Amino acid sequence: MTSIWIHAAEQGLAYGIAALGVFITYRVLRFPDLTVDGSFVTGAAIAASLLSHAGFDPFSVLLLAFAGGCVAGLITGLLNTRLGITDLLAGVLTMIMLYSINLRIMGRPNISLLRVDTVARVVDRGLPAFGHFAVLAFIAAGTLAVALALYGFLRTEVGLALRAAGDNEAMITAHGVDPRSMKMSGLVLSNGLVALSGALVAQYSGFADVGMGIGTIVTGLAAVIIGGSLVRSRRVGWMIVGVLVGSLLYRAAVMLALRYGHNVGFQASDLKLVTALLVILAMVLPALRERAARRVRTC
Amino acid sequence: MLRLERVSKRFVSGRDEVIALADVDLALDRGEFLTIIGSNGAGKTTLLNVVCGTVLPTVGRVWMAGHDVTTVPPHRRARWLARIVQDPLQGSAPNLSIAENLALASRRHRRGLRRALPGRLRRRLRELLREHAMGLERRMDDPVCLLSGGERQALAVTMATLSRPDVLLLDEHTAALDPHNAQRISRLTEGFVRELDLTTMMVTHNMEQAIAMGNRLLMMHKGQFIVEIAGEAKARARVCDLVELFAKRDVSEDALLLAGERT
Repeated sequence: MTSIWIHAAEQGLAYGIAALGVFITYRVLRFPDLTVDGSFVTGAAIAASLLSHAGFDPFSVLLLAFAGGCVAGLITGLLNTRLGITDLLAGVLTMIMLYSINLRIMGRPNISLLRVDTVARVVDRGLPAFGHFAVLAFIAAGTLAVALALYGFLRTEVGLALRAAGDNEAMITAHGVDPRSMKMSGLVLSNGLVALSGALVAQYSGFADVGMGIGTIVTGLAAVIIGGSLVRSRRVGWMIVGVLVGSLLYRAAVMLALRYGHNVGFQASDLKLVTALLVILAMVLPALRERAARRVRTC
Repeated sequence: MLRLERVSKRFVSGRDEVIALADVDLALDRGEFLTIIGSNGAGKTTLLNVVCGTVLPTVGRVWMAGHDVTTVPPHRRARWLARIVQDPLQGSAPNLSIAENLALASRRHRRGLRRALPGRLRRRLRELLREHAMGLERRMDDPVCLLSGGERQALAVTMATLSRPDVLLLDEHTAALDPHNAQRISRLTEGFVRELDLTTMMVTHNMEQAIAMGNRLLMMHKGQFIVEIAGEAKARARVCDLVELFAKRDVSEDALLLAGERT
């Protein structure tokens, strides 16, 4: 019984890194970026093929996966800011291109990692003192490090300009910031994190599959929106905490649904439908709540 | 400090053509405060847009602080230039706090990975807000979207002048405010302009304001400067003089419109 909660926590944190990526584009930049459905797989594909064919060590492939995701974000950024393709379409186009590229990277639709040393196995061996919690401890430390780095970055001069770029483009232009370069940096960073998450999830679950990225944007949004409605703060540190809490809660809900859902007639394949409905609900609820409390000014 | 050299701007749409600026020359020295009046379509906004780079002139050159900036994109002109527009919502980022907006405005170029809002900057900003008695110093961590229009415009003025730009553009920046707030913002702006010796160019529809503020006044019509009053003459000028000048220049219908606006 405890082990399913450990799994939920591990998944919540590993997917939490992808949710932080979605947070950067959706919440900070206000750029609905669909590239992530492709770049998540790109990260997984890079990690899996380097581990199984080229004998790389499981930690350095995480960095290479991050770099691969950055390139994917760069492409969406160039399509949008230099070629003038609208944000949604730019993301979709990159996502479709990545489908083919991911197949090229992997050489086939899926790669099993059962016979190679993955992060999970190395950590399990390396931290015997933690027992069943070894992988969780590692993923928690890694996710925390990523979250802290992101927090630090968003409080720098460039990070502040990035946040303002999503808020008022005309204003930051007048204060010497090129909004296009802010969009590019945000997309690069975001997709880098999503790919890092994909590489981690692939190693953790023991395979990479070309279809594993479907719905990354929706699960990322689920975490961002659930987190945002629980941790209602405009401070960037709390917003980041909210995203991770949201991701953990979402994975816990998924775990419960998978385990007990059949009692109420759900089957595993209903997961994406339920997730999307959950996101819709979470997006509509704050608006309803605001309408109920009309006299309180919110903005 | 700011120089326009034989600047013309033609807008073409299909077979129609509008000459928004017709061979305009203008030079502003450091510390000069120019007000520009003119009816709708006289070319005032195009003139400001040419200066800040959102519109490129068809012919002519623009110089700023000794640099030829004719083709320099808007965000790179921010090194020398600040602009305050009519809409108070345009001047600040609504979901960032007052302190964060000010921190953002305190640098105009070369942003790096330094902390955006270190303690000493925060103290300096609070001091600045207190000095100008806007009551905002106690609300530094409030998001800007909670401020009123007048407060937001006061913040925009503070932000625009914070990094001591060489040139300040005011684009009817009090037109959206009630009379009391308009006056407060005018006084705040004049205070900063004097204190920092800013070269200023203001566009307004309000003749009284055009007379009360600044030391040079230009009247625009059909893309050209048609009247200039400066120094002593400007200090003595009254609204009825301007109306008369307008009338002499055969733009009487505009003059009547403008004169009507002051009441």
